[in-house]
Amino acid sequence: MQVLTRSPQLNSDGGLHHLLSIAELPRPLIERILTTADGFIAVGTREVKSVPLLRGRSVFNLFFENSTRTRTTFEIAAKRLSADVYNLNVAASSTAKGESLLDTIDNLTAMQADIFVVRHAQGGAPYLIARHVAPHVHVVNAGDGRHAHPTQALLDLYTIRHYKGAFEPLSVAIVGDILNSRVARSDIDALRTMGVTDLRAVGPLTLLPAGLETMGVRVCTRLEEGLRDADVVIMLRLQNERMRGALLPSAAEYFRNYGLTPQALRHARPDCIVMHPGPMNRGVEIDSAVADGPHSVILPQVSFGIAVRMAVLSMVASSQQEGAQRA
Amino acid sequence: MLELDAEAIYGELARRVREHIAGSSPVLVGVHTGGVWLAERLRADLDIAPEVGILDVSFYRDDYSQGGLSRGVRPSRIPFDINGAHVLLVDDVLNTGRTVRAAMNELFDYGRPARIELAVLVDRGGRELPISTSLVGRTLEVPGDVSVVLSRDDDQRLQLRLERAAGA
Repeated sequence: MQVLTRSPQLNSDGGLHHLLSIAELPRPLIERILTTADGFIAVGTREVKSVPLLRGRSVFNLFFENSTRTRTTFEIAAKRLSADVYNLNVAASSTAKGESLLDTIDNLTAMQADIFVVRHAQGGAPYLIARHVAPHVHVVNAGDGRHAHPTQALLDLYTIRHYKGAFEPLSVAIVGDILNSRVARSDIDALRTMGVTDLRAVGPLTLLPAGLETMGVRVCTRLEEGLRDADVVIMLRLQNERMRGALLPSAAEYFRNYGLTPQALRHARPDCIVMHPGPMNRGVEIDSAVADGPHSVILPQVSFGIAVRMAVLSMVASSQQEGAQRA
Repeated sequence: MLELDAEAIYGELARRVREHIAGSSPVLVGVHTGGVWLAERLRADLDIAPEVGILDVSFYRDDYSQGGLSRGVRPSRIPFDINGAHVLLVDDVLNTGRTVRAAMNELFDYGRPARIELAVLVDRGGRELPISTSLVGRTLEVPGDVSVVLSRDDDQRLQLRLERAAGA
């Protein structure tokens, strides 16, 4: 049995071959992704917003979980790299007819797919796909179950770096349904790798996973305490299902205790930034006054997301594994 | 390792450029990184008004499939309108011509220039594409395994070195 001594995401030169999780990425590689994204931000300010890097390459968006926003951002990113983009409509696809995930992948590879962008309800699905594909094919995880959402973490890092510069001295609060959030998991991994030491998870006890302290995260069940002197506030979406599962009394109750209002925000630093992966539930986790206010960088996150995803796609697409040969 | 008198070679380039552009007002665009240093020198010496444009050609290179993106991708920045512009593209070393090809393709994604001219510090031959210029500081014949490297010292003075590749 072959023992893996390096992450399956990296090729033998330490370059990015797949992007499955941010947890295993070394800091210098993350910094390279962010620097490359700087270059793509500049491209986005031109009239011709595309570059020829992925001309002739095929990017397949396999979204087994619904998401117009993330899928669209990946589509824009791939098209700005001049790639051919195909969105697999899962509901109408043969998956509904019982075709296995790997059979679907094999069929698409036979159609010359170069990159699969995968969102799946099962944590680990992208790893399964990555182990299965040919050496010249790359997998980018667009969110798997409750496990990881690495491109969201990367664009969150990019956003923080843009407004705040160095990571080490920052106090960062992540607020909301951390238990079920792959965004929170990836953000925590990413911020720790980049050197953030004052990291707070804020939410009701029913939505906080056990063991956060062992990850170097301070747990706060009171919003004011969690926000105190924070430089960065990352708000997570409260999913309606949580209310039905009796983890919370009601949306109104949640907003009263954990909703980010201008009053609550006063506990954070005066120059703090407010982030949200979207889509927002106004009046549930965040007050409109804050979402649309001067601290909010929620809209810039979207354009940063395009540049970061262009960086990831262009870096994996050029990676070579031993034995790779494009069909 | 051999050192050349970079400042003297630059002086020759600046003289030729001044003579050539007499009466016209081009905008300067430098190719990262050496081309930008040279463009900034030319801007000062030739008293050219607009800010120097910066091109990083990483996204336009033809060797992406072989080597991927370089480690040091920097944002390009063209702070003026390319449409109808007379552009003087500046790079440090002209070799195969592929970098200039990439730079021109990138420039055309900013707009349609009226004309593009090329100024280089050193022309080392070895062309693989039909690209040439008379605005050259020095023409050198250099063996294939030798690199011509431009740098700047702490006083911003230009330095040129010929370096044999490791293991050559």
